[in-house]
Amino acid sequence: MQTFDLEAQGLRALNSTLHAQAENTNQTTWEIINPKGSHAIAVGLDAPIEVNVKGSTGYYCAGMNKQATVHVHGSAGPGTAENMMSGTVIVEGDASQYAGATGHGGTLIIKGNASSRCGISMKGIDIIVHGNIGHMSAFMAQSGNIVVCGDAGDALGDSCYEARFFVRGTVKSLGADCVEKEMRPEHIAILEELLERGGCDAKASEFKRYGSARNLYNFDVDNAAAY
Amino acid sequence: MCGIVGLFLKDKSLEPKLGDMLTDMLITMTDRGPDSAGIAIYGGETAGNAKLTVQSDTPETDFEKLDNELRKMVKGKVQMRVKDTHAVLEIQADQVAVARAALAEIRPTVRLMSHGESLEIYKEVGLPEKVADRFDVRKLSGSHGIGHTRMATESAVTTMGAHPFNTGSDQCLVHNGSLSNHNSLRRKLRRLGVHIETENDTEVGAAYLTWKMQTGSTLGEALESSLDDLDGFFTFLVGTKDGFGVVRDPIACKPAVMAETDQYVAFGSEYRALVNLPGIEDARVWEPEPATVYFWSHNAAPTAQEKAA
Repeated sequence: MQTFDLEAQGLRALNSTLHAQAENTNQTTWEIINPKGSHAIAVGLDAPIEVNVKGSTGYYCAGMNKQATVHVHGSAGPGTAENMMSGTVIVEGDASQYAGATGHGGTLIIKGNASSRCGISMKGIDIIVHGNIGHMSAFMAQSGNIVVCGDAGDALGDSCYEARFFVRGTVKSLGADCVEKEMRPEHIAILEELLERGGCDAKASEFKRYGSARNLYNFDVDNAAAY
Repeated sequence: MCGIVGLFLKDKSLEPKLGDMLTDMLITMTDRGPDSAGIAIYGGETAGNAKLTVQSDTPETDFEKLDNELRKMVKGKVQMRVKDTHAVLEIQADQVAVARAALAEIRPTVRLMSHGESLEIYKEVGLPEKVADRFDVRKLSGSHGIGHTRMATESAVTTMGAHPFNTGSDQCLVHNGSLSNHNSLRRKLRRLGVHIETENDTEVGAAYLTWKMQTGSTLGEALESSLDDLDGFFTFLVGTKDGFGVVRDPIACKPAVMAETDQYVAFGSEYRALVNLPGIEDARVWEPEPATVYFWSHNAAPTAQEKAA
């Protein structure tokens, strides 16, 4: 295992060292100590390595991730795992606003709560939250899944497309064009796999599914004044 | 973008270190606001006395014998401590209005930064580290304080545009965000006779709270109604004689992190500002909810909160 002291060695050295890891590197496990809420830790990784961050992170941790597993042993600041392409990001504590925003793929697991705008404009990422999510989550979500073992805040899934939202607790309010949908056997199967991947102690039968009513997909002359 | 920090001490043994801890927190927030900085600190009060913190761009001439001249115009003792461009005038509590009128007459270029029994506000243009050095903030002790690093978006980079803003006796406000209806609200408040000095948006927010409290609202009620009457983005941290309060607008895109231990309650725009506080590893760390008013007071139960909307 490689240990990197962020406070002593600096952010640029950290990220360039991690970027230098190739597909077939033999330095597969990294530990980052003294993160102290720094910004942009382990962004833009593109190798099948495991990075353990021992503490809490600031803005944009693990952004644009490909292949790597980034595990934050603390809480994460705004924009965690933004625009992730593949791989896994795990946050042991809470995540601040817009976690997993615009993510194309991979898995983001948040063991605490996620703040507002979680998964905004997501495009294929799977986001699994053990606690609650904040308001305006999954705004304009296009594809992928959000699993919430706790409650969802205001305006869940506003103007969403084909993403799925599974919520075990209450939803404070649904956003425009987001509705509760039937849980069919194929959805139970998808959710069971997600709950297992996320290490959640919850049964798929306890969840409700939400998604797009598809009324905003096409121009409607009755709404002309609203455009 | 701006940076906010705040520290409310539960453990009295930390009080001599308040200025030092707040200065470290403030400097960490330099890259959120490098153009000006300010600090409001609550401490060092004497029963029966009030403090006026004043500022001058020409302190050598303005503060020269200011205490002697004031003694002739107000009742009781006048003590003056000069710190760089600021001076703290300590007078009898019932002489505040008299002293303010006297200052306007004999030193029209001197500006009032704060008034109250325990509050002192120091703020200037410049890097937070330089500003803290000029006023020896590290040496200040107190029970609680708030600080601000400014990156101006709505008005000029001047001393009067820096935060904190004094909103009433022993009350002050710092702001991260931008108010979009400050021009119309300024016109409305001026028509109602409220004095607003600059074109700064936060000053309007501060004047709004002052006006609400002068017309019968408590601070908590004033903050709740600010959620309806102020348009724009804000995370406000307000200082009072007994503690501080936090409120974020309903969209809540301006960041805020709180930490609480048995020794203190701390506020930071980012977790980075809190990392060197004692026992932070085991602190309860969370984000304040949008549209919710939070208060911590030395005279009431801790973490009292109420839903505003």
